[in-house]
Amino acid sequence: MNHMHRKNFNAAIAAAGLMMASAPAYAQSVDEKVNQIFASSTGWFVNLIFSNFPGTSFPWIVAWLVVGATVFTLYFGFVQFRAIGHSIALVKGDYSDPDDAGEVSHFQALATALSGTVGLGNIAGVAVAVSIGGPGATFWMILAGLMGMASKFTECTLGVKYRNEYPDGRVSGGPMYYLTKGFAERGLPGGKVLAVLFSIFCILGALGGGNMFQANQAHQQISGIVGEYPGWITGILFAVVVFAVIVGGLKSIARVTEKVVPFMGILYVGTALIIILMNADQIGWAFGQIFAGAFTGLGVAGGMVGALIQGFKRAAFSNEAGVGSAAIAHSAVRTKEPITEGYVSLLEPFIDTVVICTMTALVIIITGQLVAGPDGNYLLNEAGTAIQTVGGTSGVGLTSAAFGSAISWFPFVLAIAVVLFAFSTMISWSYYGLKAWTYLFGEGETTELVFKVIFCIFVVIGAAANLGPVIDFSDAAIFAMAVVNIIGLYALMPIVKRELNSYVSRLKSGEIKKFE
Amino acid sequence: MSGKFVVGYDGSESSQRALEFAVDRSQAQGGTIVLAHVLEWSPYSFLTPNELEERHKRREEELHRAETAIMTTVVKDLRDKGVTVETVIKYGNIPELLAKIAKDCGAIQIVIGRSGHSNLGARVFGSVAGALVQSAPVPCTIVP
Repeated sequence: MNHMHRKNFNAAIAAAGLMMASAPAYAQSVDEKVNQIFASSTGWFVNLIFSNFPGTSFPWIVAWLVVGATVFTLYFGFVQFRAIGHSIALVKGDYSDPDDAGEVSHFQALATALSGTVGLGNIAGVAVAVSIGGPGATFWMILAGLMGMASKFTECTLGVKYRNEYPDGRVSGGPMYYLTKGFAERGLPGGKVLAVLFSIFCILGALGGGNMFQANQAHQQISGIVGEYPGWITGILFAVVVFAVIVGGLKSIARVTEKVVPFMGILYVGTALIIILMNADQIGWAFGQIFAGAFTGLGVAGGMVGALIQGFKRAAFSNEAGVGSAAIAHSAVRTKEPITEGYVSLLEPFIDTVVICTMTALVIIITGQLVAGPDGNYLLNEAGTAIQTVGGTSGVGLTSAAFGSAISWFPFVLAIAVVLFAFSTMISWSYYGLKAWTYLFGEGETTELVFKVIFCIFVVIGAAANLGPVIDFSDAAIFAMAVVNIIGLYALMPIVKRELNSYVSRLKSGEIKKFE
Repeated sequence: MSGKFVVGYDGSESSQRALEFAVDRSQAQGGTIVLAHVLEWSPYSFLTPNELEERHKRREEELHRAETAIMTTVVKDLRDKGVTVETVIKYGNIPELLAKIAKDCGAIQIVIGRSGHSNLGARVFGSVAGALVQSAPVPCTIVP
């Protein structure tokens, strides 16, 4: 998420509402000042989260997520592979009581959670992974996605089990609730502290990765198509629409988005498949590159470890497994068995990472965007930080170029997709942030409005500014959520295991059966 | 011969006519009325996180409104006239559920009103009447 281009400072500052002066030099100095203040006050936190293991270039936070996913995978006996058939049956509604019709279905909870995670990570993030880590990064990304399924399974089961149900019928769930209630149930100390920490990180993550980053990348994409124009215009447009939805309760816009986003997702995957089939003779070669690159690095910067880090990191960015955000979205489902939502949620990293991210990677590889030298190894760019690409592009631009090389008009569709994905991700994260906010400050119209207004202001700042340190900080906050959340998951996984064993035995005995 | 008449009822004029027709028939041949109100709902629709949170509450409100605004008065009128009537309120696909309700309560007939969609509308979206005729387990009367 650090790959921002520098923006027009005037626009950035004007939109941020920090000043009205038009003198570029002055504006620049204010912008730099903002950056400096953020950097100096938050840099330690960013450095802490993204610091490497001593003597390596391996960030410990990546290891934290992968170790967590591996532990859950082993602890639950590879639940993600054994249970996938049952997961699909649950989503289809085979086990849903017809008398509960009209309540939130498994499908709806999954679709909403997915529209929060499918987004720029799948389009821009993967391009970054492949251009830095080489084709081999794809292998590690898929592996991380498969392992991440177990993390989602754990957190979403807990999310449903320990959600709050209010007298008026609303439900509210997420890590802050299972950290508090679950720890209390097991007689463990510190649940409340973890819950408060999680909420703080969640608010920061919602404003950053779930908002500013999305707005910024959406603006990049639009201005790449229609030509350069000030970011604050995009920012204000987005902010008005987001405001209308989250404050004005304008459900029609949200509903349209929620309907169009899955369509865009299908269109994206479908187009990727067509491009891959158009190059059918290259498929074997592409997978060869992926496997060979995974273990040798194929001369990529950082070699095999470089590929591994990029793959793992982008998978985590993209599917948010272990971060705890999905547990908030999944909590509203109507089910008597919390574990069923765990089963359903494990499809999320599969769809997000194993399917959609892999499609992006394959299209980039198969259309030959990465430049290889005569010896078959990839050539690095001048700075030596990434592989040379045909058009010198990176991030969304690389994905766009890859699709565009096969289907010339697709970059326009992609731009629309990026904008819609960004928008739906913002709506989802505004909700996650709000839940954390109300956990800290209590429910109430005024407190909620305060958060929503802050959220909209950050949309404008995100689209207009290039506040690199702020973005770094909010990325760090999303990963800090995972630090707190996974500690909680370790402490509470025996509860999930008990639920799992009980459910599986009742499923086998026929006590739980399909309807019709 | 007595039996149950399932009437698809949503308070609209056409459903009123269907109800009147069914009441006439049931009084003539000695049957009872099952007043069925189906709220259109698909478990595969897409909702925002906020709608997920409030879904249960909204559902209760919708059920309450259906009960008070649509069912209560008409049920009272019918009972005053000495008609035996039971009510069913459900969420789902209207034709599918009407067929299911008829099957579950052992009805002898389903009576619905025609919504009067234009030909084009019916072609594009399909009509309840058309779908019901295809799937009804018992004879089906469509009151114009």
